Parts: sequence; C-alpha cells; structure tokens
Amino acid sequence: MDIASLTIDSVRSGLNQRQFSARELAAEALRFAEAGNPRTNAYLHFCPERAIEAARTVDEKLARGEDPGPLAGVPVAVKDVILTKGVRTTCGSKLLANYIAPYDATAVIRLERAGGVILGKTNCDEFAMGSSTENSAFGPVRNPVALDRVPGGSSGGSAAVVAQGTAVASLGSDTGGSIRQPASFCGVVGVTPTYGRVSRYGLTAFASSLDHIGPFARNVRDAATLLEVIAGRDEMDSTSAFAPVPRYAEAMNGDVRGVKIGLPKEYFQGLESESGDLISRAIGALEKLGCQVREISLPATDYAIACYYIICTAEASSNLARYDGVRYTFRTAESATLADMYRNTRGEGFGAECKRRIMLGTYVLSAGYYDAYYLKAQKVRALIARDFAAAFQEVDAIVAPVSPFPAFRLGEKLDDPLQMYLSDIYTITGSLAGIPCMSVPCGATAEGLPVGMQILTRHFDEPGMFRLADAFERAGGADG
Amino acid sequence: MKITEQEVRYVADLANLKLTEEEARRMAADLDGILTHIDKLNELDTTGVEPMAQVLYEAEETATLREDVERRTMDPQAALANAPQPGAGHFKIPKVFER
Repeated sequence: MDIASLTIDSVRSGLNQRQFSARELAAEALRFAEAGNPRTNAYLHFCPERAIEAARTVDEKLARGEDPGPLAGVPVAVKDVILTKGVRTTCGSKLLANYIAPYDATAVIRLERAGGVILGKTNCDEFAMGSSTENSAFGPVRNPVALDRVPGGSSGGSAAVVAQGTAVASLGSDTGGSIRQPASFCGVVGVTPTYGRVSRYGLTAFASSLDHIGPFARNVRDAATLLEVIAGRDEMDSTSAFAPVPRYAEAMNGDVRGVKIGLPKEYFQGLESESGDLISRAIGALEKLGCQVREISLPATDYAIACYYIICTAEASSNLARYDGVRYTFRTAESATLADMYRNTRGEGFGAECKRRIMLGTYVLSAGYYDAYYLKAQKVRALIARDFAAAFQEVDAIVAPVSPFPAFRLGEKLDDPLQMYLSDIYTITGSLAGIPCMSVPCGATAEGLPVGMQILTRHFDEPGMFRLADAFERAGGADG
Repeated sequence: MKITEQEVRYVADLANLKLTEEEARRMAADLDGILTHIDKLNELDTTGVEPMAQVLYEAEETATLREDVERRTMDPQAALANAPQPGAGHFKIPKVFER
C-alpha cells in the first residue's frame, strides 16, 4: 500500500476489500510517519496507543457489520493547540512542554467518533502566533516540497504532514490565515470555515473572536468530508452555530456554470508576478468552466492588517494571562513573591513573538489608548465585514491570492515582525469578516513552489465554496 | 517614537511579563514599527460605525442561551493534574502576605 497517496476513499475501499485492517493501516501509517518525520519536524509527538485503539474500534465495527463512520480508519493528525485527552498538548510552547490535556476538544471527539485514527500532534507557531512555524519552541518545520523553505504558519505542521503523506488529512486552526497560507505554501487544500461552524471547545484560545478549527487534505472532497464530521452546534461553545450542517458532497456536482465570481482589485496589487500569473491562469480555467468573472472592490482592505493586529493581540493578551505558573505545568524556580512568580514564569516561558503580541495587546487596551486603538479597530472590522456583505450582493464567490509570494526561506523574515505580519494581507480580511474561505492548489512556480488560490463565500456558504473548488480541481486546476 | 523603553517597561509590568534589558530595547523598536503602521487606521472615517465585537449572522436572539442548570464539569483531580505545585486539593503558590 502506498501510504503517502491515500485518500479517504482509498482507505475505505482498502478496508472494504480487506486489503488491510484498520489496525494494520494504523501501524503502517505510524511507522511511515515516524520514519519520515526527521525530514520536516512536522509532528511534535505521536500517540500510537490511542491510534491503535481507535483503529481497533473501526475493525470491530466492520466485523459486526456496523457503519464505521465516514472517516473509518483514516490516519489523521491534529495541530498541537487542540486538546487530546491523555496526550501531550504543547501549543508549540516551552510553557506547556509537559502539559497533558485533561479533556478532548469537541472536534477531536467527532473525528474519532467518525472512525478517524489520530496518529499524533503537529508542530506550530507558539500559541498559533506566526506565519512560518519558526516560532515553535520545538524547532521549525521544513516544507516537504522544498526543505530550505518554511511550510507557512501557524498550522505549518498540519499542512506539511498532508503534503509529505505522513497523514491523509489533518486539523489546523486559523485566526488570520493560519490554515490557508500553509496550505498554499505546501500545495494542499486548507479550509477556514464560517466562524462558529466548528466548535472551539478544546482549541487553546488565542483570539477568541477570530479563532477557527478547520481541515487540511490532499483534495477538496476529503477536506469537505472532514469539515462535515467536525462541524455543527456544540453546547460547550456558545458561539458555535445552530445552522444545520449540509451534505457537502451533494453540492460538489461539478457544475459551476453561471457562478458569479468577483476579483477584488485590491488583492492583485503587490502580488509577486509568478504567483499572479498562476492565479490569472486559474481564473481563466474557472471562466472556461462557465463562471462569470468581474472585478470588484473591497476598499477597506488596506486597513486590515492594522485592524487585525490590534484585535488579535488585545484578545491574545487577555487569553494568555492564564499562563502564570499556577495551573499549567511550567513555573520558574524560586520567586520571592507571587507577583515575581507570575513575571518570571511568563518572562522565561513565552517566546519572542508571544511576548510581542502580549505587549502590543496590553498596550492597545491600556488606559487612555482603548478608544484610539481597540474601539477604532472594531469599527474598521465592521467596515471590512460591510465590504464583503456589499460584494456578495453582486457576486456568489470571491477569488483571490492566498499570499503575495510562495514559501520563503527559513529565517528570511524572522527578524522583521512587521514584514511577517504584512504577508497575511490576503487572508486576514476573510478572518475578520468570519466568512468561509479556503486555499486550493493552483500550480507551482518555475522553482516548483506551490501556489494556492483563495475562494471566499458568504457566511455558511461552504457548499458554494466547495462546489467551485471541486469543479476547479476536477477540471485539472489551472491547466484545465 | 511612538513608544519609549520606559513605556515598554510600564506595559510589561501591566502584562506581568519580565523582560531583560535587551528584550525591552528590542521590544520598543518592534512595537514602534508596528504602531506606526497601525496609525493608518486614522485615515479612515468611522463616524457612526457600530464597533464589531464578534462575527454576527442571522440567528434568533436567544439562540445561544442554555438552560441555567447546574452540571458537573471536570473533577478536581483532573484539574490539578497539570499543576506545577498541587497540595491538599489546591494549587499552591508562593506566599502573598507576610505573617
């Protein structure tokens, strides 16, 4: 069996035809993943006992003739900011290096209930803060497509395992582009669903009004299946949506004739030419499929980075206040007073990027600055959301680049935080508006670096988004 | 300069974050660059715009309120399992008051 090219469908047919049992597949997938991991450092740790146990459940259901679920036996990976009971969950931070999650995230419970087999936890930027996975306390992840390049971030490990073939699919989290940008850099499909579509229960909080859990996969269909499994109302997350979860497969009928697509002109300025050419060819392919393409404008785009880095840091500074040396494993040695214990623990435990964001967030929320920064940013966020609402009066979907450039070299942007932030320009807007958006591969540069195309639709119109992405993929991508 | 090293130390204090001399210097420079970029927001007229505190979509007004009933959550042993210093069913911390 060729582990690296398995899909949800091929796992299912292998199980049905008794080519392998779920347990045999899990054992083989674990061996393959562990052997391949030193190349990329994409997994932080494996959970073989849990994987074998999940696979055993699938085998037992199959033996009894029961439905083993839509993800039966599928080897998956989970970003290490998502809690897995009894398994280490580090958030890529020294502070949580020994933290054993006391409960499962809702998405994890649903994944396993559907027959998914979790192999291990993936590397990421510390507390999901970063665009390159270089901010992990456990070393950077290398892009499996080009080992001297970053995989993107913050869910770099989750994108890399799918690209490397060491998992069939994975879960990541996205606050400002942390699923779409690594998906684009690694040449896989990555989906940020509507805010509230997937429960955040058990997702370590970074910026609660922006945090999403979403899937990575090697094709659109697998990503949609995974989303369908994890989506839906959860009473443990009061912001999770009641809207029923559609059968996404039914939407993916290949017919996108007459679909109105908007190209926001603000997203095509400052784009590197090779990425731009690939996106243009992809748009040409969509036109050939019968889509009607027109230029639109999202005028507040230019203000999105400033808006985002106020809101996300403000929320992060509050959410990260809990890591104070009292409850979460790490505490510095001797401190004379409680206040010193807090300061020393946090000073020693957090990496540079977390400190920067805690500082910026504390600053913008501090007395005298609240109106000028936080309140102003919330108003600008409303304008950005309004832009999208107005655009969706005219078009069914928006197509745009994911990143201004393909995967950059390790270390290239590490010393300039503002440059790193500015690279999130095309993904942050969708996050602020809370609309569904995804990256679908649309080719590679002359050097072989993957480029992703972003598709954005109205709140809860994941079916429309998947229909478009799937039709594009089936037609052969940009070459179709 | 949008922010001085002295202000950085004040904010670090608010955030309960110990910074070394070198970190404070670097932080002032980094934050200065970011805050300068953030100033862009002043170009936008937001008069009369309602601040957006969270993502909103069509939903019933009380859709996210549950029945106010007591229920069991995590048991204390599990909650204490990750404590750096548990003791007698509690989280232990350095002393707060002098006797």
